[in-house]
Amino acid sequence: MPFGEEKQMHLSMLQIDKAFGGVAALQGASLEAFGGEVHGLMGENGAGKSTLMKVLAGAYRRDSGEIRLDGQPADITSPHEAIIRGISVIYQEFSLAGHLSVAENVLIEELGRPGIRVPWSEMVRRTRALLSDMGFEDIDPMQPAGELPVAYQQVVEICKALSRDSRILVFDEPTAVLTRHETEKLFRLIRLLRERGVCILYISHRLEEIFTLCDRVTVLKDGQTVGSWPIDAIDQKGLVRQMIGRELSDLFPPRKATVGEALLEVEGLNAGPMVRDVSFFVRAGEVLGVSGLVGAGRTETMRAIFGADPLQSGRIRLAGREIVNASPGEAVANGIGMLPEDRKHQGVLLDLPIRINAMMTPANPFISAFGFIRNREEIAAVEEIAKGLRLKSAGIDISAGTLSGGNQQKVAIMKWIAAKCRVLIFDEPTRGVDVGAKIEIYRVMNELAEAGAAVIMVSSDMLEVIGMSDRVVVMRQGAVAGELLKHQISEEAIIDLAMGMEA
Amino acid sequence: MQKNTGIATFLIRYNIFLMLALLVVASALLSDVFLTPQNLWNLLRQLVPLALVSIGMLLVILTGGIDLSVGALAAIGAMVVAMLLPYLPSQAAVGLFVGIVAAIAAGALLGAVTGALVAFFRMAPFIASLAMMTVARGIAFMMSNGQPVRFPRDTGAADLMRAFGSGALPGIGMPWPVLIALVFIVLFVVLMAQSKFGRLVIATGSNEVAVRLAGIPVARYKFLVYAIAGGLSALAGVVATARTAVGTANTGFGLELDAIAACVIGGALLSGGKGSVINTMIGVLILGLIGNIMNLLSVPAYPQQIIKGVIIVFAVLLQNISGETKRT
Repeated sequence: MPFGEEKQMHLSMLQIDKAFGGVAALQGASLEAFGGEVHGLMGENGAGKSTLMKVLAGAYRRDSGEIRLDGQPADITSPHEAIIRGISVIYQEFSLAGHLSVAENVLIEELGRPGIRVPWSEMVRRTRALLSDMGFEDIDPMQPAGELPVAYQQVVEICKALSRDSRILVFDEPTAVLTRHETEKLFRLIRLLRERGVCILYISHRLEEIFTLCDRVTVLKDGQTVGSWPIDAIDQKGLVRQMIGRELSDLFPPRKATVGEALLEVEGLNAGPMVRDVSFFVRAGEVLGVSGLVGAGRTETMRAIFGADPLQSGRIRLAGREIVNASPGEAVANGIGMLPEDRKHQGVLLDLPIRINAMMTPANPFISAFGFIRNREEIAAVEEIAKGLRLKSAGIDISAGTLSGGNQQKVAIMKWIAAKCRVLIFDEPTRGVDVGAKIEIYRVMNELAEAGAAVIMVSSDMLEVIGMSDRVVVMRQGAVAGELLKHQISEEAIIDLAMGMEA
Repeated sequence: MQKNTGIATFLIRYNIFLMLALLVVASALLSDVFLTPQNLWNLLRQLVPLALVSIGMLLVILTGGIDLSVGALAAIGAMVVAMLLPYLPSQAAVGLFVGIVAAIAAGALLGAVTGALVAFFRMAPFIASLAMMTVARGIAFMMSNGQPVRFPRDTGAADLMRAFGSGALPGIGMPWPVLIALVFIVLFVVLMAQSKFGRLVIATGSNEVAVRLAGIPVARYKFLVYAIAGGLSALAGVVATARTAVGTANTGFGLELDAIAACVIGGALLSGGKGSVINTMIGVLILGLIGNIMNLLSVPAYPQQIIKGVIIVFAVLLQNISGETKRT
């Protein structure tokens, strides 16, 4: 190859199929990307983005289809082989050994070499060189990786990938854990890598990021490739339409709720560094959106209201009467229910039947005086609620873990409907569910509001905040940054408040 | 899943019952004494303490905990009842009742201490119950300076106790302790399947955070299971003592390990949330049968331990296979 005419890297994945236990995750998905470009990968949750990237990284074995690198078939069957071929993935959950130093993490293969001597000084030198090459001289190679801020841990991961001469670098929602400033730094780094001819595959849900960073974008839906466009050949609206397969306006069913008096009012709430002097209210029949960046204190605020975390000061009023929620149990007794953001770990009992999931609150009315369950009535009630939510399952005795993400979320909601809560806090209610289930969850929220409940919806999904909320409270750094009334709600207005840019 | 796996699925799902049946058949073939009513009732009588302790252990394991103190609490139960016998009210039945209740209360109290450490002070169950194990064993030895306590000769309560320990129901010949065990088995089967308590114990072990966020005072249930396990262990000690008519501080030595084995053979997950009383009782029977058949065949004690260990490993491997089959 003549000097200076290095051929551009060329990746193509053709007609990739992958099924898990009969459920197709990928059905003929294709992707074509080149060195020196940032290639956005978009799609709803469950569209197959992550699966496709795991096939590329050798973490999953494809059922059929072909992967080609520079035109040559590359039969990637193990993560090790992917690494040898220069493919690295920066997953959302970092794979760093927190107690080991940065240098040991970056050059972790060195530790596995045969022989007794570990070339410490050499490792530190190489790591320092890599870090300064990327513009991060301030990271000390000797420092334990676990002590670094999240953004720097990500840099260490990237550094690890570069130490292996990666030609294809996959980022799976890298900015979810970063501040704005850190995001900018990451973008600068990604652009630097692009200039050096690295092929960057970038998974993100954030439309703005895709449009600022990417050269091209490929959209996946239901395990298939919808299409691929140069970024200036498509606009935000068009991209969303490709992703969800319908117009945005179809996503949010209309709501016929009558907004009444303030039902829940919080005043001067303080709970740790993430909740500082928070005040807001929500009316009966109203959906209040709570927006802000990740780490703005939204979840912490809701947990404090619900009694899951201790409240240092502040007052909570329910229908004008002052209440104290010292524990979730007291909150439930007051008619407040909360759907936690981490569904799998906090919202549902995956191994247990739907029925137990639906009836595990202290407000279960089907318990006799001696603590025994009135089976027939309980079964009838659970089936009734399941029907109302259009739960798709083979019965209420099958375990919640066998259901799809959207149906699991419905199971988590079931218990609050059974408990007849008047105030419902939904923390990221549609995270990890497909479009169809999203619409159903919106419909459930609408029905609750129409029945006179006050609904608080914490969400990082800009579309759903705008589409669902009667009013939006935006939080920033643990405090309320501002409130937007229905006619004031827009993506720009929310971002301005979330970022702290005063109009 | 393939279609023609009906039988295979059945075999895998109910493998623990099959294993029990297999052991019974093998035992009957290997020894002609085995199937005699006397041997069988005797075997069951010997297994009553393990059965009672295993129920308690199962409750703790269901919440995701472990209780190493159950054997030592059995010793507490044995010592309390044996030492109280001379001082009990003259009316035999009332006296014995008071004695047994006192023993159970002592066990439940110490169990509650473990429970409080685990539930309210967030101590690791292994550590808290390990500490309670040595403390309770120490107390049991101190109660009589390490001497065995013989039942008094002339009190009605002591006589009734002996009769309870070695006697049987007239007619079918079921030993009294076995009846007691049956009562508790039925009680806990119903409790686990039909009560709020049972449901929340299992739910807590399945996902403690989610249950707390549903408004349930999780700590209260975690506390309760250790107290119940303590009470059942003390009762197990009482039953063991009644059989030998002597209370010793060595009662229940190593019982905690057999109880854990019974739960695990019965398919309980040590991480919590999965396990059943019936299956655990099958586990108790399997453990008992292994011991019984080897005794009948005069296998020496040391090889017996090795064989028992190997069988436990196999039983659990089988459980893992069936667990994975159910998951898909």
